[in-house]
Amino acid sequence: MKKSENTGQPDSIQYSLSDNEGGLLLSLSGRLDTENAGAFLREIKEGLKGTQARSVTVDLSGLTYLDDYGVMVLTEIRDMLVNRDAFSIINANERISNFLSIMAFDSTGMPGIRKKKWINPFESLGGETIKVMDDFRFMLAFLGEVSLALFNVLRHPGSLRVGDTVHFMQRAGVEALPIVALINFLLGLIIAFMSSIQLRQFGADIYVASLVALAMAYELSPVMTCILVAGRSGSSFASEIGTMKVSEEIDALFTMGFNPVRFLVVPRVLASLIVVPVLTLFADIFAILGGLFVGVFILDLTTTAYIGQTFRSLTLFYLFWGVMKSCVFAVVIAWVGCLRGFQVRGGADSVGKATTSAVVTGIFMIIILDSVFAIIHIYWL
Amino acid sequence: MEKGDPIIKVENLVAGYGDTVILEHISFNVYPGEIFVILGGSGCGKSTLLKHLIGLIKPLSGVITIDGEIVTEEDEESFKRIIRKIGVLYQSSALLGSMTLGENIALPIKEYSGLDPESVERIVRMKLKLVGLEGFENHLPSEISGGMKKRAGLARAIALNPAILMFDEPSAGLDPVTSAGLDELILDLNKNSGTTMVIVTHELSSIFTIADRIIMLDRKTKGIIAEGDPRYLRDHSPDPYVKEFFNPVKEKRG
Repeated sequence: MKKSENTGQPDSIQYSLSDNEGGLLLSLSGRLDTENAGAFLREIKEGLKGTQARSVTVDLSGLTYLDDYGVMVLTEIRDMLVNRDAFSIINANERISNFLSIMAFDSTGMPGIRKKKWINPFESLGGETIKVMDDFRFMLAFLGEVSLALFNVLRHPGSLRVGDTVHFMQRAGVEALPIVALINFLLGLIIAFMSSIQLRQFGADIYVASLVALAMAYELSPVMTCILVAGRSGSSFASEIGTMKVSEEIDALFTMGFNPVRFLVVPRVLASLIVVPVLTLFADIFAILGGLFVGVFILDLTTTAYIGQTFRSLTLFYLFWGVMKSCVFAVVIAWVGCLRGFQVRGGADSVGKATTSAVVTGIFMIIILDSVFAIIHIYWL
Repeated sequence: MEKGDPIIKVENLVAGYGDTVILEHISFNVYPGEIFVILGGSGCGKSTLLKHLIGLIKPLSGVITIDGEIVTEEDEESFKRIIRKIGVLYQSSALLGSMTLGENIALPIKEYSGLDPESVERIVRMKLKLVGLEGFENHLPSEISGGMKKRAGLARAIALNPAILMFDEPSAGLDPVTSAGLDELILDLNKNSGTTMVIVTHELSSIFTIADRIIMLDRKTKGIIAEGDPRYLRDHSPDPYVKEFFNPVKEKRG
């Protein structure tokens, strides 16, 4: 006969084992509840290790309290020792036997643990392909919807939500200016500094000004500015619209007779289209200032010479080509941000995914379109 | 109803956010095993009071004691012990959307009970069975209805068999039949395990079905305007607002 060790405390559970006509008799006494179920289960599993029995009878006459954690313990003991028919419970008090019947202890209501289903790789590949195709179709449809909405605003300028547009201009433009200015100033500075090391060997210090002006205005400041806008505003568009989608605000707009695309997307796209070129121009100015800083303090050029050289090399075409690119990027960033927001289904994690995807897709599109612009410039202009 | 020492004791609670005071001089006791309902019109601070009881918000002044431990004290150890005794069903069910129902319910069990994964799974099954959601363990919260979410939230709240269960408007957004079913569940839980229940609601039918005792809060006085048995208050309260609250329907048609 074995005895459990934790005796003496009023809230504890004790057990004893004995023979019962060839079977095993397990007597429990005390309380078996949420607090002690885990410890008791480990203890009794240790105590029953290697036990063989044809049948098991559990005597609950000494048991004062049992909750569902206790029922779990009884089930584990049963499944460990014998099959269901060879297991019986005796002497349970009325409360406990009622509880056992509520928990359907005797019935088959305790199925085995379900294993995760094996998924055919071809099936999941097909599923993913369909998903990508659906995503692409939705993107196209959304592009069409946004274009129609923008066209509609052109025809009826009065329908534009001016307040919202100004609000988003402030958020995507004015509030982005400090970081855009800083990043582009530093970028201009870095380019000037790195190129000066090479150009100095040929005594061509003055061409640092040309290099900074052209590289920044033509290529880097539109791209950097738009990457910043994608990170700041594209992500916020996606999470705002995504959250609205989750909380059924978009459905509410629809039922009030608003077109959600016109209501939500048009102000964001228009605001980006207006402020991003302006931000890009500011970026150009700050980049040239960065170059000027290096030119004056490290290369000992005069301010006049540096600025003169800048104006000689930076033609209007290059400047506007850069600004024009930023306009296209701006529309794409806002469009992708809103698109990802509208694609949200479900809850919080879906909003998170949409936000990430808005930034990643936005930056990806900027780089792709930038390459396209480079090819157009070289081969067609 | 036998009354021992109160399990929840609120003394002179003043609650609010920043400079705005929402509740003043709130004192009441909740006794073990009773179903205690906090009533009041919209915006009177019912949910705020509940959040104070759970310890989510610290009161401006006053003391809240749960099972002999002071909630208002900023001692992490005692706070953890208190939290372990409380289960909460939030108004929106607050199931974690990225997890299945089974995982949602298993979350507190895994954290606190130290059971094997297999035992945890058995408990999860039993809890789901108890609330009538057998076989739904692999569903996501987004795939089930509002009433089912409430029941799943309840299963999570009772995962560790807490001594006190708190409900924030359990019947909000449910049809009368589903809501009555939820009341039934609450009564069963109370009867079978003696769990103390604190319920915030304004659903008249469920108040009369389940409440042992109520307090009613009022927005104007920022305090308790009625306390006691709801049936008695309905018929005998001198306060006109309490009367109107319990008998709001006036026939205007026909």
